[in-house]
Amino acid sequence: MGRTPQTVSPPWAVDVRRAAWGIRRRVMEHTIANNGGYLSQACCAAEILATLYLKTMRLGPSIAPMIPPAFPGVPGPGNSDYVTGGLYHGEAAPDRDRFYLSPAHYALVLYAALIEAGRMAPEGLAQFNQDGSTVEMIGAEHSPGFSMMGGALAQTLSQAAGVALARRLKGERGRVWVFLSDGEFQEGQTWETIAALAFYKLDRLGVYVDVNGQQCDGETEDVMTTEPLDKRIESFGGRAVIVDGHDPAAINAPADLHPDGRPLFVLCRTDPCRGIPLLNERRPRLHYVRFTSPAEREVYRVWYQEHMAAGRGED
Amino acid sequence: MEILTKVHAQNLVSWAKNKPRVVVMSADLTGSTEIAEFQQAYPERFFSMGIAEQNMLSFAAGMAREGFIPFIHTFAVFIYRQALNQIVSSVAYSNLPVKMFGFLPGITTPGGATHQAIEDVAVMRAVPNMTVFETSDATEIETILDPILETPGPVYVRMLRGEVPRLFPKDEPFRPGVPRVLSTGSDITLITAGICTEEAMRATRALTARGLSIHHVHVSTHKPFTSPILLDAVTRPRLGIITMENGTIVGGLGSEVAELMAESGVGKKLRRIGLRDTFAHGGSRPYLTKKYGLDAMALARAAEELAGAALNITEADLAGVRIEAVHSQAKAEAL
Repeated sequence: MGRTPQTVSPPWAVDVRRAAWGIRRRVMEHTIANNGGYLSQACCAAEILATLYLKTMRLGPSIAPMIPPAFPGVPGPGNSDYVTGGLYHGEAAPDRDRFYLSPAHYALVLYAALIEAGRMAPEGLAQFNQDGSTVEMIGAEHSPGFSMMGGALAQTLSQAAGVALARRLKGERGRVWVFLSDGEFQEGQTWETIAALAFYKLDRLGVYVDVNGQQCDGETEDVMTTEPLDKRIESFGGRAVIVDGHDPAAINAPADLHPDGRPLFVLCRTDPCRGIPLLNERRPRLHYVRFTSPAEREVYRVWYQEHMAAGRGED
Repeated sequence: MEILTKVHAQNLVSWAKNKPRVVVMSADLTGSTEIAEFQQAYPERFFSMGIAEQNMLSFAAGMAREGFIPFIHTFAVFIYRQALNQIVSSVAYSNLPVKMFGFLPGITTPGGATHQAIEDVAVMRAVPNMTVFETSDATEIETILDPILETPGPVYVRMLRGEVPRLFPKDEPFRPGVPRVLSTGSDITLITAGICTEEAMRATRALTARGLSIHHVHVSTHKPFTSPILLDAVTRPRLGIITMENGTIVGGLGSEVAELMAESGVGKKLRRIGLRDTFAHGGSRPYLTKKYGLDAMALARAAEELAGAALNITEADLAGVRIEAVHSQAKAEAL
């Protein structure tokens, strides 16, 4: 795995690192309280999401309530009051960016990121996985920060491509950002989409990929390899950049590249145990953490108290 | 009977002229789904998506979110079989106005089981927010675009191509949710859809000549299936009801009628004509309709069964009302 050299840390990176730490802390806290959670995804994606929200993306201020409203019912006839969780990303203005997170099981991490970005109240997380709430375990269209149904995987990128083409037809300048997991490159639809993105030269669309090498059954290398991911993407007409997925400056840098007609894929190499080394003991199954015994949960609780609870701790 | 050629191709071009939000998407079957003329007329609103239906359906959903109305054109099987999860999760859940034009319904193609959409009505009407239409003649093809555009959310329509008859007068357009009553009667109610209506019209004359009073209703909206005309139709016959559809009887028109009857407490005999839980194979339309019991003779046999008496209808009787010119000029269908 090639890593870019450590870049000089700009002043804004301090805020991003603090937010990333906050994401990990909130997800860890939640996982202990609920005896389970998508903890490893927070370890991987904390800096990526913090960088996107605090630095890279040009989103308007949230127009959603700080405390998420109750489930509004599904879209369809007779539900005219229905709104999506996209309101947390502000007005869909022509010059603003759009952001779509594809792997909907990262929902807990996204909610934590919204809190760190000041777009959702910390109390909102108390509704997580509660009946009648929009703060669902697998993010749906109505969940905070979501505006598509991504749970089946691979469909969000296609939809975002359609959004990007439509926005170009309308003459809008805003960019379209997608957060993707590396496992989604096992889906044929993802490659159909990259072909279409390249064919229509949709270079206003940028994809941040969490290349953590992990999936439900274990390590991607043992399940169905997607490497060499950069070469595969480039051979389909995409533009691939490999970065250290825990370095805010490195994560943000590709967004400043001059568009060259190719859709941008920022391959963020990440560590699925970053910041919570205890998780290494659970390898290779890191997809969902459910404590196997009260004793294990207690180990995590004590570690959390010592390393995270006081808000201190850095990488 | 008037036979017309490539009705959709010409109609779509003139209809779409002042509708800039309507875009057409193709999965490498542009000539085969009669949109080459649209591509030529409005190249900026035509999008070639390649042989990649899953991306096409989700991509269309993204465009629909931004105010466009994608008209998906390909063979029906490549819509609902190839991309069902995309239809459900990207399109239907969000009630997005993606309009799906599915060609080669049922046994209208010699392309065999991979190309024959036989369970599409069953599958698509099970998807929440989905509206399901079916065309049967030139008039319906010419007048279905406004209803499709005006129907909120996703629409799936079984389309006909090439040479099609005009069964219904030009001034009686397709009306969503409103079946057509083709004859009124009191012995047997006949409910048909798609190409089966033309076939059934041949049999009804022979049946009437044998003294049976036939109530014939043509359906072009599979979902919603709520018209009072339908309830009236299943309530009135003395002997029973026959449905006839170009597809499997599991979940299609026959099931729609059965559900309506059961929920309305109508306790009458129902005979469902269609593919009897089987795949078909490649062959000509006359061969396939005969082999799989989708022809006028199958309908005559079902009527005999309900009447409890031999009507002695022969091929010669049906041939007398058969309009051979309908298909004699049709070229062998290529893919």
